[in-house]
Amino acid sequence: MNSIWPQLPALQIVIPLLGAVLVAFLRRGSLAFLVTLAVSWLMPFISAALLWQTMTTGPISYHLGGWPPPIGIEYRIDVLGGFVLLLVSGVSAFMIPFARQSVEREIHPSKHAWFYCMYLLCFTGLLGITVTGDAFNAFVFLEISSLATYTMIALGHDRRALLAAFQYLIIGTIGATFYVIGVGFLYLITGTLNLADLATRLIPAAVENPPAVYAALAFITVGISLKLALFPLHTWLPNAYAYAPSFVTVFLSATATKVAIYLLVRYFFSVFGVAIDFRALPVTEIMIALSLAAMFIASIVAVYETNVKRMLAYSSVAQIGYITLGIGLANQAGLTGGLTHLFNHAIMKAALFLAIGAVVYRIGSCKLDDLSGIGRKMPFTMIAFAIAGFGLIGTPGTAGFISKWYLALGALDHGWWFLVALIVVSSMIAVVYVGRVLEVVWFRPTGPNLKDAKDPPFLMMMPIIAFAVATVYFGFDTRLTAGISETVAKTLIGGMR
Amino acid sequence: MSAMFSPETLVWLAVAIPLAAALLIPVFHREPNVRETVTLTAAVLLFLTVVSLLAPLLGGARPEVAGIRIATGLSLSLKVEPLGMLFALIASGLWIVNSIYSIGYMRGNDEPRQTGYYICFAVAIASTMGIAFAKNLFTLFLFYEALTISTYPLVTHKRTPEAFRSGRIYLGLLLGTSMLLFLPAIIATWAIAGTLDFTPGGILAGKTGTGVTAVLLALYAFGIGKAALMPLHFWLPAAMVAPTPVSALLHAVAVVKAGVFAILKIVVMIFGIDNLASLGQSTWLTIVAGTTVLAASLVALRQDNLKKRLAYSTVSQLSYVILGVAILAPISAVGAAMHIAAHAVSKITLFFAAGSIYTAAHKSEISELDGIGRRMPWTMGAFTIGALSMIGIPPTAGFLGKWFMLTGAMQTANWIALGVIVVSTVLNAAYFLPIVFRAFFREPPMTSRPHGEAPLPIVIALTATAAGTILLFFCSGIALQLSNLMIAR
Repeated sequence: MNSIWPQLPALQIVIPLLGAVLVAFLRRGSLAFLVTLAVSWLMPFISAALLWQTMTTGPISYHLGGWPPPIGIEYRIDVLGGFVLLLVSGVSAFMIPFARQSVEREIHPSKHAWFYCMYLLCFTGLLGITVTGDAFNAFVFLEISSLATYTMIALGHDRRALLAAFQYLIIGTIGATFYVIGVGFLYLITGTLNLADLATRLIPAAVENPPAVYAALAFITVGISLKLALFPLHTWLPNAYAYAPSFVTVFLSATATKVAIYLLVRYFFSVFGVAIDFRALPVTEIMIALSLAAMFIASIVAVYETNVKRMLAYSSVAQIGYITLGIGLANQAGLTGGLTHLFNHAIMKAALFLAIGAVVYRIGSCKLDDLSGIGRKMPFTMIAFAIAGFGLIGTPGTAGFISKWYLALGALDHGWWFLVALIVVSSMIAVVYVGRVLEVVWFRPTGPNLKDAKDPPFLMMMPIIAFAVATVYFGFDTRLTAGISETVAKTLIGGMR
Repeated sequence: MSAMFSPETLVWLAVAIPLAAALLIPVFHREPNVRETVTLTAAVLLFLTVVSLLAPLLGGARPEVAGIRIATGLSLSLKVEPLGMLFALIASGLWIVNSIYSIGYMRGNDEPRQTGYYICFAVAIASTMGIAFAKNLFTLFLFYEALTISTYPLVTHKRTPEAFRSGRIYLGLLLGTSMLLFLPAIIATWAIAGTLDFTPGGILAGKTGTGVTAVLLALYAFGIGKAALMPLHFWLPAAMVAPTPVSALLHAVAVVKAGVFAILKIVVMIFGIDNLASLGQSTWLTIVAGTTVLAASLVALRQDNLKKRLAYSTVSQLSYVILGVAILAPISAVGAAMHIAAHAVSKITLFFAAGSIYTAAHKSEISELDGIGRRMPWTMGAFTIGALSMIGIPPTAGFLGKWFMLTGAMQTANWIALGVIVVSTVLNAAYFLPIVFRAFFREPPMTSRPHGEAPLPIVIALTATAAGTILLFFCSGIALQLSNLMIAR
């Protein structure tokens, strides 16, 4: 045990990577699934161990290949990193049982093994972005996860999935290019790629050569914002989520955008925030303005969507707005709210997309008109949908309320009353789009197309219920969510100039 | 029950009992008799639980459940205090009668989806208990929203397009006001006072100036849409599309009562009466409440549909409570609390009577009621008692609240409030007495088909509440004691 303990940061990456290779050789869908399941269920234990370690003994630094930083690649995990690791691996572990039957229904049997291979590669990439302390290494992991994502989206049953994947490929590549250009600037100015080292070396560089630092900041911000779908750079997201296989949508919405947000937080608060007077720049104002635009415009678009998956996709854009709002507020309570929402939104959206995935599994459609009265046929699925929907609205007693409470407190600390008002007004739009679905599924007469519909099989049902229960649970017990976020926010805000 | 459980246990039992019933009811989906037994048993148990809390409360104890700390400034905790006790007593007591009535009504009219109905009802009662015993604003808010959501399926029980239209107004207005106004008010209160706990004497005293106080008071008064202050009252008449026992739940047992109760509690235990009086920021509230009282009465006068007339009467009567609050004399706050109790028993009687007429005679318009009192003497007798109480004629419960409010208005020389109460009493008489006259003294039309009284459970229920209306006048001791304790520091 003692010999494994220090290797955990590397194992967090190596195990899913080896799993992906193994799956590619296995070629049998069912075996591939078993390997994926084993990997997914092992990862949260490693993440939890790492998080526990960071909380008790401070940040972990792992020197890859024994090369000390800044020469070699450093894996560096602090509480924030551990928190995001646990989120990504935990959410994946809970949702993975859903995959088998859903994938069998939606993807051609010859491609099952490749699908799981791509899934594990994407998983590896996301975990990699979170553990690495190296700017270029993060780019590599970003590309690993992105390339796998394009493939997974293209596997969607609908032919429009191909177009969606291509659209995302173009935009995603632009984003990655922007990011790497920004990193290039940083390397030119400072001669290092290690994030911690960058932060210290940027301090003199920012005095000597401010335009280059600002250019780097701009490129990196735009690049990452494309990946996290910050409004108005979100255009790839609705189609990708709507036409990808159901399980892919769940996975992406709960983890991929969240990791991109993590990377942005890392650059904002651990690199640039330390090196330059961040608050003097208009970055936070721009973030707040764009977040508000996302919260309102994307929510209003969601109200008019007739395809439930697309509706939830637009809702994701809006909810990402709440997270970036917390980042833009850049104070203790605001950042706590943003990071808490990072977690809470992952859980709630997982429940919602899983429930819709179950509907697609049963009736092959997610158009609102086809769902009339489905609540009586799939009661547990739709009760879970309703609970998570209330979470999205921010009803007290659900996880969503906690995030919004902290965001409102963050706005108050700035004395911005209008922002409190805007947060609650935007929640009202969520009432409309969630309520519209609930009314159709629960109160309309059951349609003739639903004759054979019923709750999905046990393995698919369990994850849905788990995430719905979690939505309520984290509305009351906030030690893991808001508690850790508060610690993280204190460190990050305290480290800023 | 107090022998078996500590007061602290009883507090959370008050929320847990109806919730347990909600879980148990669907199990007996196929056996209606067992299902209704569950509801009735839970109702009786709940009432006993609440009653056994009375003795420790009057003995000076304030049992509480140290709840879960959720986040900075937020904790879910319950605490019994006199005003909440009064509300809990009314709601749990009326749940018993309303359940008996529901059984008669739902079976008499062959209503579909009865299991869902009883589940939602039980959840609504659990939420009401949570509101009554909320220790802080967050807990109150949480149960307030739960009450809105759990009553939505009841309002849309008929599942017709009209029901959905009303349901949308109901949900939109109540959720909308609570999230847009009530929640910001709570956030502001926390930012200003650093606590959300209900405290005798208030938590805002000396912390807010006149301007902020006025804005906060407005946010609370309009944010609590359940109090149906004009112009946010129209969800209540719209919700009339629901079955009669649901109307009784909305008007008497829980929903609107939760609204005025919350406002009363917030004024007394968040703002503090003395604090508000010294800042002089309630004249506008007197005017808004007074206008609502008079305008709603005038609208009620013109309604031919019996339930609509009763609905506008509720809008008007609710603003009496707000008026009692806005007078800002301790004695008028006592009157407001008394009026919550009095209006509950009287209005439930009136709705029971309306439902009874609908079940037995299938009539819903006032112009059809000629001579109906001869065929349904119990129903119309009870209706008359309820109507007298609404007008405020002794010996009915309605007299007491008005008396204290008038006294308060005299003490503070609040001539607006005084005038409103006097004029509205005349208006109340003008829209209630013609119904009584028509029912007893006009000849029944020749064409009407013969019918007798409504089913027995309905008659039992409405007789009980009518008796309660009179009983509350003669035995007002407990209610008065609790109301007085409320304003004591």
